[in-house]
Amino acid sequence: MKHTISVQVEDKPGALARISTMFARRGFNIDSLAVGPTERSGVSCITLRVDCEQHSLEQIEKQIHKLVNVLRVTELVPGEAVERELLLLKVAAAADRRAELVATAAALGGRAIDLGQEAIVFELTGTPEELDSFQELARPHGIQELIRTGRIGMSRPSTRRTSRRLSAIN
Amino acid sequence: MTESTRMTGADAVLRSLEAEGVDVMFGLPGGAILPLYDAIARGTTVRHVLARHEQGAGHMAEGYARASGRPGVALATSGPGATNLVTPIADAWMDSTPLVCITGQVRSTLIGTDAFQECDITGITMPIVKHSWLVQDVKEIPAVLKAAFHIATTGRSGPVLVDIPRDIQEAELEFSYPDEVDLPGWRPPSKVHPLQIREAARVVALAEKPVLYVGGGTLNGDACEELLHLAEVGRLPVITTLMAKGAFPESHELHFGWPGMHGPKWSNLAMNTCDVLVAIGARFDDRVTGKLAAFAPGATVVHLDIDPAEIGKLRTADVPVVGPLKKALTELASEIEQHRADGVPAPEAWLRKIVEWRGEFPLRYDRSDELKPQTVIEKLQALTAGDDTIFTTGVGQHQMWAMQYIVSERPRTFITSGGLGTMGYGIPAAIGAKAARPEATVVCVDGDGCFQMTQQELATAVLENLPIVVVVVNNGYLGMVQQWQDMFFAERRSQVHLTHQVPDYAMLAQAYGALGLTVESEDELGPALEEALACGRTAVVDCRVAQSEQCFPMIPAGAAALDMVEYGESVEAK
Repeated sequence: MKHTISVQVEDKPGALARISTMFARRGFNIDSLAVGPTERSGVSCITLRVDCEQHSLEQIEKQIHKLVNVLRVTELVPGEAVERELLLLKVAAAADRRAELVATAAALGGRAIDLGQEAIVFELTGTPEELDSFQELARPHGIQELIRTGRIGMSRPSTRRTSRRLSAIN
Repeated sequence: MTESTRMTGADAVLRSLEAEGVDVMFGLPGGAILPLYDAIARGTTVRHVLARHEQGAGHMAEGYARASGRPGVALATSGPGATNLVTPIADAWMDSTPLVCITGQVRSTLIGTDAFQECDITGITMPIVKHSWLVQDVKEIPAVLKAAFHIATTGRSGPVLVDIPRDIQEAELEFSYPDEVDLPGWRPPSKVHPLQIREAARVVALAEKPVLYVGGGTLNGDACEELLHLAEVGRLPVITTLMAKGAFPESHELHFGWPGMHGPKWSNLAMNTCDVLVAIGARFDDRVTGKLAAFAPGATVVHLDIDPAEIGKLRTADVPVVGPLKKALTELASEIEQHRADGVPAPEAWLRKIVEWRGEFPLRYDRSDELKPQTVIEKLQALTAGDDTIFTTGVGQHQMWAMQYIVSERPRTFITSGGLGTMGYGIPAAIGAKAARPEATVVCVDGDGCFQMTQQELATAVLENLPIVVVVVNNGYLGMVQQWQDMFFAERRSQVHLTHQVPDYAMLAQAYGALGLTVESEDELGPALEEALACGRTAVVDCRVAQSEQCFPMIPAGAAALDMVEYGESVEAK
């Protein structure tokens, strides 16, 4: 089962390396990983998507939490968190297909950001599932290049927060 | 905060070590750490013990830490000096030994250029340290060292590494040592949840067949007195792992041996047929459990540990208790005492049963004309009983016989490499232990294979006046490997024969300025050991023992604990 883990870390040299090393050493796989600054200066957020059993997830959370630079580990529970991802997609687009492509993209909230003779680059921000659908719709047109940032997320203020925080254990 | 003084980074390192109360450090100089060694030459209250190999320095620091309970400090230069520390760091990681390693690094401007003796030691050691620092500004030195000692010794103890480029050792700062650490992400558990303790106490007090499965965390958590109290108020049988040997007095009526691969049958019977298994600072290592799925089947597991990540890592804990063991065991004992006072009976029938098993399945071996390795250890035990003696070991058959036949009565008197199984650990660890406890007699029970991995440190023992007694259980083989080849590879012995004669250990000892004795028969054994123990200087006793003696009982790797092979049984019979 897939899980999204949000890790707040001190912005110190090697903080990301320590987390990725821990995953490699303990034999856990990372599906996607996104890193960026947060509202607090000196604090970064690392969002990890992992595919593992519940038992392994607990082990992952505990092992991450032991790292000295890690401030907080939270699992983003589906339904209680908003999760977004950015996709850039370069798709073959002869002149006669352009209108159709642009319309399809627009229907899903995508936007053409560069137009060439033979290809268009679209950007789309959405849930990972929306990005998946867009990708599938674009595929028949001939995807030349595709890149996704990996998901980021935060808990929804609109639902009662039950996402587990390891630091609360004991 | 100390008053601020201007000094170099190298001096700041020494002032920091002094402020931490370090009395001994172990190391070997080289290019990138020259400024620090120059500062040592200019003066420090910290004694420096010069090792002959950085691995030796690292194991000495480990031996020091395990004998004293204080963090060990090891110094090395960049590149190969630092990589030679990797084995001790990995060893300290596996056994949760507090260790502060300080390495020199090439100049900041050369980092990343593949400079002479450059290596990314913080990168190499990342999976085997609690934390590490590459110091990038001389002003960081006091805070980094403060944090290094704090992290090494708090929570689950373990190794840390501080890598300091040469130019930063030379640069100047206004030195003042901080009183506090600034580590917002480092919050090891300091409390124990009272509800968990209450539940644990209820389960343990009501158990008909409880066992305390005690691991090295009990020593690291300084909880041995609390353990003794808990066992006594609850009348609970205690089984100590190799890493916990000495955490509970072994002549005590409630001590019932050591679990796992070469543990006595009675210990494994108790562990595997108990109804409540209380894991205390133990981690369900495969050498303890054998086949995990068949380990202590049906037992309710109460797991107490300072490290939440150990809870449920291998075996689900029915009652998890996270927190410092000293506190946890105190509170558990007081709750159990209450249950006993309320009339919940102690497990007397169960205790009698384990005593019965001990009588039925004793440790045994056959005497013959050849000197038997077990006899060597038994004699050593007889000659040191009641004395202030610290034992260290290498890794292999001799280590397992030492576990079986040495009677450890006090904490921190049996020092061994458990998790990593580092051959060659014994001699340098003994030197470190001697530096920590000069008043104790320190005996390294070594194998001939192990001896040859770190024998050069005999020079350190002799010249630094840290006398140790090395008893080489010399069977002329990499004995444990030989045993596995004989048992599981149809007796095809492959690259395991070292010979009894080369080197001549007694002559080698003499070459190092130590006493060297050779023992070839049981008659010679007692006098030689007595002479070595009494001589007051470093001694090596080469005990040439039977070449093919195997260590039993043995749980074959991956087998269920109860499918152990006993002395005189063949593995095929199982």
